[in-house]
Amino acid sequence: MDLQTIQQHPTFRQLASERTRLGVAMSIVMAAAYFSYILTIAFWPRLLGYPLWSGTVITWGVLVGVGLIALGFLLTAIYVRHANSRFDSLSQLLLEDLR
Amino acid sequence: MTSRSVYGALIATAFVLPSGPAAADALTAATGTQQPLNATAIAMFLGFVAISLGITWWAARRGTSTAKDFYAAGGGLKGVQNGLAIAGDYTSAATFLGVTALVYTSGYDGMIYAIGFLVGFPMILFLIAEPLRNLGRYTFADVAAYRLSEVPVRAVAGVNTLVIVVFYLIAQLVGAGKLIQLLFGLPYIYAVGIVGVLMMIYVTVGGMLATTWVQIIKAILLMSGSVLMSILILGHFGFSLEALFRAAVTLHPKADAIMAPGGLVKDPVSAISLGLALIFGTAGLPHILMRFFTVSDARQARTSVLVATGFISIFYSLLFVLGFGAIAIVSANPQFRDASGALVGGVNMVALHLADAVGGSLLLGFISAVAFATILAVVSGLTLAGASAASHDLYARVIRRGRASEHEEVLVSKAAAVAISLIAMGLGVLFENQNIAFMVGLVFAIAASANFPVILLSIVWPDLTTRGAVSGSLAGLLASVGLVALSPGVWTAALKLGPAPFPYDNPALVSVPLAFAVSWAVSVLDRSAAAASVRASFGAQHVRAQTGLGVE
Repeated sequence: MDLQTIQQHPTFRQLASERTRLGVAMSIVMAAAYFSYILTIAFWPRLLGYPLWSGTVITWGVLVGVGLIALGFLLTAIYVRHANSRFDSLSQLLLEDLR
Repeated sequence: MTSRSVYGALIATAFVLPSGPAAADALTAATGTQQPLNATAIAMFLGFVAISLGITWWAARRGTSTAKDFYAAGGGLKGVQNGLAIAGDYTSAATFLGVTALVYTSGYDGMIYAIGFLVGFPMILFLIAEPLRNLGRYTFADVAAYRLSEVPVRAVAGVNTLVIVVFYLIAQLVGAGKLIQLLFGLPYIYAVGIVGVLMMIYVTVGGMLATTWVQIIKAILLMSGSVLMSILILGHFGFSLEALFRAAVTLHPKADAIMAPGGLVKDPVSAISLGLALIFGTAGLPHILMRFFTVSDARQARTSVLVATGFISIFYSLLFVLGFGAIAIVSANPQFRDASGALVGGVNMVALHLADAVGGSLLLGFISAVAFATILAVVSGLTLAGASAASHDLYARVIRRGRASEHEEVLVSKAAAVAISLIAMGLGVLFENQNIAFMVGLVFAIAASANFPVILLSIVWPDLTTRGAVSGSLAGLLASVGLVALSPGVWTAALKLGPAPFPYDNPALVSVPLAFAVSWAVSVLDRSAAAASVRASFGAQHVRAQTGLGVE
């Protein structure tokens, strides 16, 4: 199997473009969420100091902070799940085609 | 202790980027009086050492003579094992003690750093983990050297790695020495010696396999300790978070201000710069990247990141409980204060006092031993990364131009591990009373500016040329080192030269874009024949990066 064939193969192009799109999209979501958080702290720290409901000492900041940590894990899990099913089956398809 | 110096202490120990002149006073603030000999802690620590030496012996019998065994544990680790080892590499004793201490003093602000540590992790997976696994063998330089001209690329990457490893090791060893002095009541020089000799043994005798298992055991111990402490803390408050936070707010002098950001991150430029360094620095740390070569394929690499991220997420969330638990439990207890009313042993000891308060001397001993085990695991991973760069990149490929036998390469690697350990121990003793906080800033800055742009561009950008990669990496290295030298932390606080020429402690906002821009500009302007040939070979690299076809 020569390189040219693989590169031109529609399944390969599909795999490469889907993987890049997902990776870039996930990175943008993660970075945007994190920088929004950091900028909120820099410019409007009081926003994060509001209590979650009246009478509680727990603030929005606590929820947002834990939420960001959870978001990182969630995005990772979504990526892994998608990659393990979609990307791996595309790879498999490509290998069978090339054989 | 003022909040400023506490912040400095955290930076030194938690390995965040320094962002104030006070940062450089860090370790002076972190030192305290030597504790009485802690017998339980020493017994448990000796148990850990015995087990880890047993593993090293077992790993040595399994073989460390081939390069693949020595650098990559044979390449056959499961994703879960590797993920735990990554978590072990990334969660230092200093984050455990330092973040807890910062939450204890400043409340919510401690959380900001815990979050910063995490965001870089998913980015590794989204952008580089799979191609890294598909293209590399032992070091991240393998990836950049895949199609670029090998000698200059490896020379730069190898030097970057060694600089990062040595600075990081000095910071770890000085912090470790101070910490062990406090935890175990051992003299500083013994502490540095013990850590240095053990890391040397793990790496030279057991290679990557032993190092990995030390990290896995340490990660599990650290996690069990944190979970156990959190349960005991919450038990004090009827398992109600509301009750825990309320008790903390009632006791803390800043009252409900501790539940919101309190000005630790002030100006937006520093905030963004710190964010950039944390995101990209993590993806450029050689000892973290090296862990992707110990698994068999991209699928296991993904699993590694998932396990590591899950583990680290839980660990950092628990630090929040520990920190607020410390406010609610330790601050009210006069037993942990000295005659002047300060916390015994300094604020970095608060996690230990908390262990004592909720679990007695047995838990105190366990947590102290875990902190020591943690230091060992982190320095071993670093030493192995440095040894690999010295032997695989610099010796075998640059100096001997690929003519060294594999056996010879592994021998050089072991010799390099011994040399790095000795140098780090020597510098650790030399820097005992020096301000070393800036070194950690430097490590993250170099990783983010000199390593990450080249790794990313070599994977995704067909037009990157050798000249572009080398000049971009050098620009990132020089800018980050230069700006750290001109920053308030070094210029004003450490060197006492007056107002700093560069007003920010963190250079990432300048040096990361600069490295990308230089790589881009030089590559685009490069019209040489060599440039045309490396551009033409992107296709082959791309196929392998995406599919793993041709991976051994």
